[in-house]
Amino acid sequence: MRALKSKTVSLKKEQQIWIWLADVPDPEIPVLSVLDLGIVRSVAINPDGVEISVAPTYSGCPATEVIEQSIIAELQNKGIDKVSVKRVLSPPWTTDWISQAGKDKLRKYGIAPPEGGLSKRELFSGPRTIACPRCNSENSTLVSEFGSTPCKASYKCDECLEPFEYFKCI
Amino acid sequence: MTKNETLIAYLLRLGDNALVLGQRLTEIVASGPELEEELANANLALDYLGQARMFYSYAGELEGKGRGEDDFAFLRDEQEYQNFLIVEQPNGHFGDTIARQVLFDMFYGLQLEALMACSDERLAQIAAKSAKEIRYHLRHGGQWLVRLGDGTEESHRRITKSVHELWRYTGEMLSGDEVDHAMKKEWNGPNLERLKGEWLKEVASILEKATIPLPDEQWMADGGKKGHHTEHFGFMIAEMQFMQRTYPGASW
Repeated sequence: MRALKSKTVSLKKEQQIWIWLADVPDPEIPVLSVLDLGIVRSVAINPDGVEISVAPTYSGCPATEVIEQSIIAELQNKGIDKVSVKRVLSPPWTTDWISQAGKDKLRKYGIAPPEGGLSKRELFSGPRTIACPRCNSENSTLVSEFGSTPCKASYKCDECLEPFEYFKCI
Repeated sequence: MTKNETLIAYLLRLGDNALVLGQRLTEIVASGPELEEELANANLALDYLGQARMFYSYAGELEGKGRGEDDFAFLRDEQEYQNFLIVEQPNGHFGDTIARQVLFDMFYGLQLEALMACSDERLAQIAAKSAKEIRYHLRHGGQWLVRLGDGTEESHRRITKSVHELWRYTGEMLSGDEVDHAMKKEWNGPNLERLKGEWLKEVASILEKATIPLPDEQWMADGGKKGHHTEHFGFMIAEMQFMQRTYPGASW
């Protein structure tokens, strides 16, 4: 009976932690939370503290360490003293992990959301059609496969003439 | 060599290739021919550095002597590095850099894809992550190779020369030594004979698109995997290691 009760308590606590994590932003795209981004793999409540498993996005992304620090800081703010972040590589993060809510937020923020992963046979095909996040026109041109952060490519809209960023697929 | 030592040696080589190429690309940060290429170059360099960190950290954990990524990067001498000679070649002009990227990444991508099936779980995971990034690099490098090869008379002449001059450094990527053989036998690592066939097929196909003639069979340089480097390498790591050598233990 006692064991059952403690299980219920830890489940509630776990749910609360997931809710708090929804407030931890990505440092480079602050409209997205770490949950929208799909990088939180699990929340484990152990006798010696809370362990959050996080999948890194791009290997060299400088935001990885900042994200880990923000998660720890947020949970400590909420009164959980012992928090650790574990980096997990499997299953690897891809843009497919970004939630639908996350994609909608990206579009509203002016960044075109990713359109499915990059398959091998597409290596040398031309750029894909990406809709402008402002006017929705598909009449856009790839300016560069790379952008201001490791996760973005640069496009311009040929309809409304605005430049925009595209969250590139990997 | 024990099974564990094989894995450590192999991981260090992977780390060395990624670090050295990342360092080379870092040297040309802020000198891209146009803004978009500037961004591309820095992004590529960052991917290699991130991959090197994953390989080195894991090698350090397996080794269990308290060495970490920074020790491998900053406190080893020239002869201890076992990267391929191709990645340490100077950046040259833009075409040289692109040719080096395509020839190496084509191999590295296939190597990583093969490693996704190796019997060490953590290496397989790092390989899966890195393979996606290298695929993206190839998309970029491949498009430039074709654009330069199939471009003006001058760009064609110069990129052809770049590919042909770097060709001699491709041999050692594709011929195995004792570490490669042990990696295959003990950890289900890449089958280099098969990789060689795939690499040649892919490279021949992109060179054809770029209208660059496939180089003739020729003498191949080797030695990178034994720690025998070309003259360019010492200068490169002297600059890379300067801070740690001058101010030992300095940290952020």
